[in-house]
Amino acid sequence: MSPLAQAPHGFLSPTGVEIAFLLVGLVTFGAALVTVTTRQLVHAALWLVVALGGLAVEYLLLTAEFIAWVQVLIYVGSVVVLLLFGLMLTKAPIGRSPDADSGNRWAALAVAVAAAAALVWVVVDAFRTTWIDLGGAAAGSTKVTGASLFQNWVLPFEALSVLLLAALVGAIVLSRKAKADPSPPPVNGRAVTQSSPPVTDSGIYPIEQEGAR
Amino acid sequence: MTTTTLAVLVPLLPFLAATAGLLLGRTAPGFVRPLAVLPTLAALALAIAVAVDQGGGRAVQTHTELTPTGSVPIELALDIDGFAALVAVLVAFVATCVQIYSTGYLRDDPRYPSYAALVSLFTSAMLLVVYSGDLIVLLVGWEVMGICSYFLVGHYWETPEARAASIKAFLVTKLGDVPFLIGLFALATDAGSFRITTVLGTVANGGLHHPTLVGLLLLCGVAGKSAQFPLHTWLPDAMAGPTPVSALIHAATMVAAGVYFVARLLPVFEASACVMVVLAVMGAVTMVGSALAALAQDDIKRVLAYSTIGQLGYMTGALAVGDRGAAVFHLLSHGAFKALLFLAAGVVIHAAGTNSLAVMSRTSGLRDRVPDAYWTMTVALLALAAIPPFSGFFSKESVLGAAEHVATGHTEHAPGSAGWIVLVAGLVTALLTAAYATRLWLLAFRGRGTQAADHGRQPLSMTVVLWVLAVPSLAFGGLAYRLLPDWFDGRALAPTLTTSVLSTGLALVGGLVTYGAWQRTRSLAARVPLGTVAAHPEGDAGLVEAEAIAAHEPAFGDVAYAPDPADPGRLLLGPLHRHAAEGFHLDAVYDVLLVRPVLAAASLVQFLDREVVETYVRGAGALPRLLGAAVRRAQTGNVQTYVSALLAGTVVLAVAVLLVATGA
Amino acid sequence: MHLAYPAVLSALLFCTGLYGVLARRNAILVLMSVELMLNAVNLNLVAFDVWLSKTARDTLHSGQALTLFTIAIAAAEIGIGLAIVLAVYRNRGTSDIDRLRDTAEGHQSGTPTDGTAGEKAEATA
Repeated sequence: MSPLAQAPHGFLSPTGVEIAFLLVGLVTFGAALVTVTTRQLVHAALWLVVALGGLAVEYLLLTAEFIAWVQVLIYVGSVVVLLLFGLMLTKAPIGRSPDADSGNRWAALAVAVAAAAALVWVVVDAFRTTWIDLGGAAAGSTKVTGASLFQNWVLPFEALSVLLLAALVGAIVLSRKAKADPSPPPVNGRAVTQSSPPVTDSGIYPIEQEGAR
Repeated sequence: MTTTTLAVLVPLLPFLAATAGLLLGRTAPGFVRPLAVLPTLAALALAIAVAVDQGGGRAVQTHTELTPTGSVPIELALDIDGFAALVAVLVAFVATCVQIYSTGYLRDDPRYPSYAALVSLFTSAMLLVVYSGDLIVLLVGWEVMGICSYFLVGHYWETPEARAASIKAFLVTKLGDVPFLIGLFALATDAGSFRITTVLGTVANGGLHHPTLVGLLLLCGVAGKSAQFPLHTWLPDAMAGPTPVSALIHAATMVAAGVYFVARLLPVFEASACVMVVLAVMGAVTMVGSALAALAQDDIKRVLAYSTIGQLGYMTGALAVGDRGAAVFHLLSHGAFKALLFLAAGVVIHAAGTNSLAVMSRTSGLRDRVPDAYWTMTVALLALAAIPPFSGFFSKESVLGAAEHVATGHTEHAPGSAGWIVLVAGLVTALLTAAYATRLWLLAFRGRGTQAADHGRQPLSMTVVLWVLAVPSLAFGGLAYRLLPDWFDGRALAPTLTTSVLSTGLALVGGLVTYGAWQRTRSLAARVPLGTVAAHPEGDAGLVEAEAIAAHEPAFGDVAYAPDPADPGRLLLGPLHRHAAEGFHLDAVYDVLLVRPVLAAASLVQFLDREVVETYVRGAGALPRLLGAAVRRAQTGNVQTYVSALLAGTVVLAVAVLLVATGA
Repeated sequence: MHLAYPAVLSALLFCTGLYGVLARRNAILVLMSVELMLNAVNLNLVAFDVWLSKTARDTLHSGQALTLFTIAIAAAEIGIGLAIVLAVYRNRGTSDIDRLRDTAEGHQSGTPTDGTAGEKAEATA
């Protein structure tokens, strides 16, 4: 780590952390690009794992270790699994699907590129000379984070638990079938967090009843 | 009760009766007849009481100002002089007769309640006009009469004739009323008041700045209301209304209101010699033209209508020579005998089942069916033809005497030319009047042919009224010409020898010539059969009359004319006959001069509105609609499109904010 | 370390996610892209938190706390989102976003190629 006195720091003489950050960042960015462009839906989910994992590494490099592990646990561990379940429950094609992108791809590309250009320009312009001193005690160790969380952020933390409960109940209500279904399908996906029904059987027959309601 | 209280009650009672009649007409039909007759009768009694109280002495004048009304005050003013008192008696008298007559005439008419209420309202308005001492209050009554006339002419609104006639009557009189209103304002501006006495005082002091203009403007309204040339064309058509209405409104009272108005404000008109000459010419043209037209009409009521116009012409002539006493004298006697003529004609139409003289001349025995109508009508026709000693003789002689007085050089009130014009026209008209009166009588009662059908006796309410009216037709003139000068301006109304001999001689000549012509042509009647049949001869007289009017045009091709070679009028008039029957094509002239330009202007306005203005409106609507269509196209339903647009906008805004914030 | 590195990476990731949200047809892929955007924000939060805690001696650690909240909320969001997608899929027989055009102006013939079930659902919706 460079001492504080060694300023200004140039971009042309990167430190080791910077090089590592850059490389991992490239991998992450590439994985993200593949995620949003690949035609194989399951591959997109898997590339998302790479991107999220890369981000976890970036957190580590920024000395936010607790966040990094939470990232791995929640995102890589559960969110991606949920997404995969979702793909299967909606009978996503396994192979290449030619119509993975919708018609307004070019509009989307234009918007995204314009947004990227604007953001990058602004960010670079604003933080060209800002330097993070990563030396000293880790800024995001479990102890520090825990102390901050339970000293200053207790109330939001507890409120968040209520939100999660509401989300749980909401997900169950949304994904259950209509109650007055005269001919219930043999099996069906209820909440996505529950049992995983066979994809072939999760049919489209309740459509009429629910649509007519 | 003071005279003032009595006088206030006179117009008020019929007004209350009209209100009550309109309110109760549906719910309590039993009250309708008493409500129609009794208040009018009471008004008659009160009017007589007022007249007796006034007694031809000083005018009863009282006024109260309800509220300040701008620079020129409008007051509720009574001004009852001899003219007002006697004209009010005439109005109430004829109105009472007509109300009684109508109970029989419109016996089975489902719209009788509203009819009776409107007649009461009309009576009230006319009495208001007569008694009012304030020009604006007078104008209120004047216009209420107009609207009542509109409604009553259109009583049989199922027939197109009645609808057209009511609209025509309304429009033509309004055509005169607009200048009339302006004239009233001009007059009041000069005088500083709407009070008649104040106005007359101003005139006497020479305070009137534009006497000719004011006089001519007022004459427009008078011509419209009193059916004088050139605004007389509505009156013959107004005969599409029920006969009692014709008798009351279009013969005896309302049409006399114009004459009465001029009589009241005569000094205003006298202030300008030009106006007097115009008045004289108007009266002369009216009386001669209408007498010629009357000679050619086939509809018995139209004959009487033209005769009314002619007699009003006499009154106008009397005013033109500055003798309002003679004018009002003739107004009174004419009101009586013309009301009688109309009411008797109603009976005749009922009995004959037609209003066509040509058909009546092919029917024998009509006079035996309706002896009351026959005798009273004979009296009234003699009065109309001014045969002594009937009342028409004395009143007409007073007019001609006044004209001769002016023509022979007593020109302090009127220019001598006016005197000559009125005198000559009056004498010619006397001849013609006797001719058409004789023709009417001969054709109606001396017909030969099929026997008239017997529909039973006429209702008592109708025949009694005829005899009641026959009394003044017979005797009023002879009794009154000595008394009336006390009530009027004091000028003598007695007949002068020269004019009496001249006019009576002319009248006799006219009657005899017509008789001779009739003798020659009556044999033709049998050869040319003509006729219509009333669909419901057993119905009440109103129904028969409505059907007769409606049937005339389909049967004869015209409301006024019948192709009858047996008509003595045809022989007398020669080539003029056809034009006289059409009223000398004045309606066609108006059609070309006024109606068509107005219609053309209306269609132009319609075109402008529909094509030009509407285009702008539509254009104003089309632009937003196009924009809306464009915007609607953006609503694809694809959420991603929406979000794309949203984020693109966000980026643009963010960049713009940054640029502004950094001052770039 | 320069703050620009995580900031630029964050911006790029965000825009990648943005592209995915706008361009992907499958609703679940859209959800993945949303996750990417959320993570880009997280990275930003963490980076600035670290910077502030070193430079300004900030002990509140709001960035990291918010990151944790975001992660939790993202988990909830993905649960709800997938539930919605599944409900839509059961109703319409598809999870393609550009076929769910019920809000379109003059919406009549939304999904002609979805087979009978989808058409019936459209007709009765």
